Amino acid sequence: MTTSSPLDLTACQAAAAIKRGGLDAGDLFELYRERATGDRLNAFTWVAEKAPKAPPQDPQAPLGGVPLAVKDLFCTEGVPSQSGSRILEGYCPPYTATVVERLAAAGAPLLAKTNQDEFAMGSSTENSAFGSTGNPWDRARVPGGSSGGSAAAVAAGLAPWALGTDTGGSIRQPAALCGIVGLKPTYGAVSRYGMIAFASSLDQAGPLTRDVSDAALLLSHMVGERDRRDATSLDFPEPIVLPSRSDLNGVRFGVPAELTGDGIEPGVLGAFQATLELARQLGASVEPCALPHAPHALAAYYVLAPAEASSNLARFDGVRYGYRAADAADLLELYTHTRHDGFGAEVKRRVMLGTYALSSGYYDAYYGRAQRVRTKIAEDFAAAFAQFDFVVMPTSPGVAFELGAKVADPYAMYLNDFCTVPASLAGIPAISIPNGLASPPGGGTPLPVGFQLAGPAFSENRLLDVAFALEQALGFDGSAARR
Amino acid sequence: MSTAYEPVIGLEIHVQLKTRTKMFCGCELSFGEPPNTRTCPVCLGLPGALPVANARAIHYALMIGLALGCAIADRSIFHRKNYFYPDLPKGYQISQYDEPLCRGGALAGVRLHRVHVEEDAAKLIHVGESGRIHGSEQSVVDFNRGGTPLVEIVTEPELHSAEHAREWLTLLRATLRSLGVSDVNMDEGSLRADANVSLRPLGSSELGTKTELKNMNSFRFLERGVDAEIARQSAILAAGEEVDQETLHFDPASGVITSLRSKEEAQDYRYFPEPDLVPIATTAEMLADARAAIGELPSARAERFASDYGLSAESAHTIAFRDELARYFEAVVLAAGGEHGQQVANWLSQLVARIGDADPGASKVTAEAFAALVVLVATRELTAGAAREVLDVLVERGGDVQAIVAEHDLATLAGDDDGLAAVVAGAIAADADAAEKVRAGNEKAIGALIGSVMRETRGRADGAEVTRLIREQLGV
Repeated sequence: MTTSSPLDLTACQAAAAIKRGGLDAGDLFELYRERATGDRLNAFTWVAEKAPKAPPQDPQAPLGGVPLAVKDLFCTEGVPSQSGSRILEGYCPPYTATVVERLAAAGAPLLAKTNQDEFAMGSSTENSAFGSTGNPWDRARVPGGSSGGSAAAVAAGLAPWALGTDTGGSIRQPAALCGIVGLKPTYGAVSRYGMIAFASSLDQAGPLTRDVSDAALLLSHMVGERDRRDATSLDFPEPIVLPSRSDLNGVRFGVPAELTGDGIEPGVLGAFQATLELARQLGASVEPCALPHAPHALAAYYVLAPAEASSNLARFDGVRYGYRAADAADLLELYTHTRHDGFGAEVKRRVMLGTYALSSGYYDAYYGRAQRVRTKIAEDFAAAFAQFDFVVMPTSPGVAFELGAKVADPYAMYLNDFCTVPASLAGIPAISIPNGLASPPGGGTPLPVGFQLAGPAFSENRLLDVAFALEQALGFDGSAARR
Repeated sequence: MSTAYEPVIGLEIHVQLKTRTKMFCGCELSFGEPPNTRTCPVCLGLPGALPVANARAIHYALMIGLALGCAIADRSIFHRKNYFYPDLPKGYQISQYDEPLCRGGALAGVRLHRVHVEEDAAKLIHVGESGRIHGSEQSVVDFNRGGTPLVEIVTEPELHSAEHAREWLTLLRATLRSLGVSDVNMDEGSLRADANVSLRPLGSSELGTKTELKNMNSFRFLERGVDAEIARQSAILAAGEEVDQETLHFDPASGVITSLRSKEEAQDYRYFPEPDLVPIATTAEMLADARAAIGELPSARAERFASDYGLSAESAHTIAFRDELARYFEAVVLAAGGEHGQQVANWLSQLVARIGDADPGASKVTAEAFAALVVLVATRELTAGAAREVLDVLVERGGDVQAIVAEHDLATLAGDDDGLAAVVAGAIAADADAAEKVRAGNEKAIGALIGSVMRETRGRADGAEVTRLIREQLGV
């Protein structure tokens, strides 16, 4: 591979080249379309047959015409949108999600839809009706999830950049496992209109990109004026600007003991400590901080998210769209057979968990209590941000694991979200950047590790700036995954 | 020894709001458009679509809450009511649960429990003879109605007969109609009532086991349904058995009550706060807007009619709770120079007896003619009987009261000028027996003479004048 290939350009670089006239957007689309079509990771659920005609690509559009891969669960008009589920087999929505529409209008045409865990429930992309996706660093391993297809596609250079969604870590964790950047914005910053819902109070769209600048560029056109079609969406208080910071002078990092000790693989912890040392060298102060309720975050999350999911998924019955069981003798069988065949095991598990948690007589003990924990966690972060600019921790407690390794053990799978769920519950922005490689437990080829920074609501610009400074100093090279 | 029981009835009323668009999307409300033409991803519950609350619907709900004297919550939230039915495309209804928009309030002495906002379900059409799901060949769904804004009004269990329930509901309908927030038409489903019915021993303050009678679609069926349910429960209790808590359907054609589901089959709605919507924060401005939008309410109007026009409480109530009557009444009183309020009210009931539920303002009887009629009666230029004849003519073909009086020779005969004395003399001559009795001091006997004069004059004679003339001519 030569350095002159457009495939080696980051999205920012490609957009700049198109604007200068040195690169044709149509050629770039076709180049990536060919790459995506030849994908052997199973990162995609759909790839465009040709560049979309509308909106016409203006080389001077802010995003230049650099094509975008989009997680399957974003509704795209006329294009299959199944949220990784068989129950939406063949479903092509009559409308496009606000964020996809905004990005297309800004010059990021739809290249492909990416694989994911069914309804975003999972941390490995193994719970997909389309089969699992391989990690470009080691195809026998998972890319993380649920936005695993997006992460694998960007890491492997099959797409310049991608959209994912994060409910409890579904952008950050696969970004970490694939060695790319993943940002979960402040809850409400990006419209959820047209995102097939998993857990509405947590779901948030965000960028998965090769580097921090690409994340900033993509995010800058995802946020802005609130979407009147999403009651929970908010005006972003300022424009997102490209990061430029090169030092961390005066930046205060808080390190929560609760999320940086037990349960974290030694390799991951080693990389984390090394990055903290680097941050100090760049001028940051690094001190312990307390998130006393963080150890309860996972339990609260696995009550709240399934509870909302159990309600959000009630609409899938085989009557109006998607898969319908063919062997039903009557209406009840049509419903039960459709759901039996259409939903995967993890989805069924969570629907049952959530239904139980909301049941009369159990609501206070489960849902009510989980909401109180959620409030406590938000208060923990608020207290931490009174002293620190950012709370930092590993993104994932481990590196990419082997396909199938945790499928039979849901609890082990849920532990993947240990470090990402607290920021999700608090609704605050968090970014994962690759901070090196570490060998899996028991040895083997070194795999990417992610470093996570969480900031107060709407601190995305500062978060990106600090992440950029760290990224420059870290000098992580992800090109191996693109070969 | 048999126990006497008292019925205890509470109503749950659903009111479709007359907003331009649906509760949570931009689709216009449907009035008989072809099925499934007023739909969008939101009201069809398509994956990824999100609800946004209709500010106008909240405004209307606030008007209702204020008009009914409710306490308005500073902050209220939507909940999801989860249940699975083909008319509910999301698998849940967005409603309100433990933080409703309005609590308390009262209308005509019946206290309210709460008033909240929610969305209507789609319409299921069961194709088959009965029109009901049982025995239908197929069922189809029309999503035009799905997502129509609804306000649910729940009373305390303070109604004690089917008739009382029906009458109270007409007062509620009048109030809602005067607010202009709904068509409140039971036939068309823009006003729907469920009744919770229980019986308890007379004098007891404890509530008995209640049943819920669903969706009676007219005032008459409400009264008949509740009566039938009271009778059914009475028979059960009289037999020493217990009433089961269940949801019931009343078939107005057969009068039969059937069970829809028992307590054991009751749904667990798994309510939880709707995460797709933000809380409704009721601002002072929203309250001021709602207050300003409320015109004079029927209850206030009744008080004003009583105090300004001297109407009896009953007349004031009857007229004030029907907008068109109230408007007509005020026009007539104005035309009558602001006088004769109670007489206008009395004659208005005569008019209603002739034209039924029609708007008198749209009848051939102009307010001016009606006022003239009432004034002629009040000044005794027209007897009540003659006035009824004039009214018949007015209802039939309209026109000028004086002209009708002249044409039909209906003016009151009140003295010698009119030849009344001669008629009286004739009556005395024709009934010497009665005349003698009157002379002898038998007061009752005068009635026969009066009656004779009235017959002779076709009711045009002034009763007091006739009496005076008889006494004068008999020298008593």
